[in-house]
Amino acid sequence: MVALATPRVAGGVAPRRRPWREPSVLPGFAGALGFTLLYVGLIILLPLAALAARPWEHGLQGVLDAILKPRTLAALRLSFGAALLAAFVNVAMGLLIAWVLGRYRFPGRRIVDALVDLPFALPTAVAGIALATLYGPNGWIGAALARGGVKVAFTPTGVFVALLAVGLPFVVRAVQPVLDDLDASLEEAAQTLGANPVQTFARVILPALAPALITGFALAFARGAGEYGSVIFIAGNMPGVSEIAPLVIVTRLEQYDYAGAASVGLAMLAISLLALVAVNAVQVAMSRRGGR
Amino acid sequence: MTLTIDGVYKQFGRFPALTGVSLEVRDGEFLSLLGPSGSGKTTLLRVLAGLDKPDHGWVYLDGVDFLALSARERRIGLVFQQYALFRHMTAARNIAFGLEVRPRAARPSRTEIAARVEQLLALVQIEGLGARYPAQLSGGQRQRVAVARALAVEPRLLLLDEPFGALDTKVRKELRGELRRIHDATGVTTILVTHDQEEAMALADRVVLMNHGRIEQIGAPAELDAAPASPFVFTFLGETNRLPCEVAAGVARFEGFTAPVICPAHPADGRAVALFRPEDTRLDAGPKADGLPARVADIRGRGPVRSIACQVLGGQRLVAEVAEVAAERFEIGQRVHLTVRRVVLDTNGAGRRGASVEPATAPVRLTA
Repeated sequence: MVALATPRVAGGVAPRRRPWREPSVLPGFAGALGFTLLYVGLIILLPLAALAARPWEHGLQGVLDAILKPRTLAALRLSFGAALLAAFVNVAMGLLIAWVLGRYRFPGRRIVDALVDLPFALPTAVAGIALATLYGPNGWIGAALARGGVKVAFTPTGVFVALLAVGLPFVVRAVQPVLDDLDASLEEAAQTLGANPVQTFARVILPALAPALITGFALAFARGAGEYGSVIFIAGNMPGVSEIAPLVIVTRLEQYDYAGAASVGLAMLAISLLALVAVNAVQVAMSRRGGR
Repeated sequence: MTLTIDGVYKQFGRFPALTGVSLEVRDGEFLSLLGPSGSGKTTLLRVLAGLDKPDHGWVYLDGVDFLALSARERRIGLVFQQYALFRHMTAARNIAFGLEVRPRAARPSRTEIAARVEQLLALVQIEGLGARYPAQLSGGQRQRVAVARALAVEPRLLLLDEPFGALDTKVRKELRGELRRIHDATGVTTILVTHDQEEAMALADRVVLMNHGRIEQIGAPAELDAAPASPFVFTFLGETNRLPCEVAAGVARFEGFTAPVICPAHPADGRAVALFRPEDTRLDAGPKADGLPARVADIRGRGPVRSIACQVLGGQRLVAEVAEVAAERFEIGQRVHLTVRRVVLDTNGAGRRGASVEPATAPVRLTA
């Protein structure tokens, strides 16, 4: 037993370290790992590498020129700004919807529950046409809003509205299972300790949901920043005003400016990556505190 | 601070959880609600905590209508089986929670809260662990935090719902003693819900034994042992043997011996089934001794007591608990004579429900 516990004695090897390969019930570790790495490389890393390699034919200056054009900058700002704003609103509304679906039993609950997924399932172009029709100057909502002097279609507001619809299911579906699993005794404990409903929600429930809310936020934001199909019709695409970054890429491609298109793509990739790292950092910090 | 529970009914759908429970809890008492699952003990606790509303009945605390108060107004401490600690807060913040959520006027200052938390950490003997998160604590430590959190609000009642259910045996025993010590130190009226008769009998001043939403018997542990009110009480509180007998004038007659009937008080004459404890069963190795002839089939156990399983000639197995010293006189296959000190008549088949001893194994504890 002693010899087993201290391999240094038995085999003269280094002190025991946590093995990087945990024993598994399924054989075929080498093959599985190889395939995983190959697949991830082929599907994810290779295209990204190609994108990162593409724009440099006119040197660093060429890349910077392509990105720093006012029209490109405005488009990037719109795409990421609207996505950020929409993600924030979606976190609030998604939490509300998940709460209602999880905590109340009402007729038609399952239908509403299914409807939440519709933006997932709908082809984005279909959603885009629907939104453009609804919010256009002659649409039901658009006409009513126009009378009040508010213009949604063909403005940055239109982009924001489209991203609200696109991002919502990400938040709802991230929060819902966590909310359903939330131990009822936590709320009961808070109650018996004298907390009022607002305190119970703010101090007990919300912190427990925070990791799921952040996940939902990150997903909604990432999806919104790159969204094309559902935005393109309602945005109107006025350069510098309501033109989104993905459209700038498409426009460049149509002009055979592959390096320019790749430059804008690279900028989007970099911003998304930064956002991802930031979200991860927040989540790591939170799990270090509470954790499971 | 007397708690009066009067005629409480509660039904969940078609399941009657409480059917007319009345009970008086004395000031500073350690009371245990004991019973199998579904007996209504947890429902009663939740009614007291304000988490369930009874369909009918009254609860008074010192004459004040307790049911009119919401859970957050009752100022009770509630400890859950699964701790229900707030995972994103340190142990200290968990304990301080009940003080921090008070309205500004009633809230102690930061330093007062910190001092109170330290005091409570010391009371439950986890000084120095205040900065840890629940995930960094063991099960026993978490339950100590939960008890401290419940005590922080200086509750009028401390309610514990199977608080040791999720802990292993050794920690459970340790915490049991701790809980009694904390009760004696604080003097808070404590109600403990458990399905573990050993736990209830070891801890409580009085035990309330519940079954099917009713109270079967209330009494000090020794009273329940000496004078069970029903065969259910008798079988629930310990292991039992079963043996047919003939009852006449309050005495059960078996082949070779008789034994007094302690329950019911006035047994009907005639054929009956007697229940009796292994520890009330005596074995005699003498060749001419009185008693039911039997043969030693198995000897088990450790410590001061041995369980000796005997095969009666009719084929039945009965278990006797014998002191270790005395047990050395017996060996497997030996002929013995068996007598019983006292019996309870099984008037409603209570003994059949998994309560009788499995002779081939170590004594089985009846848990729900």
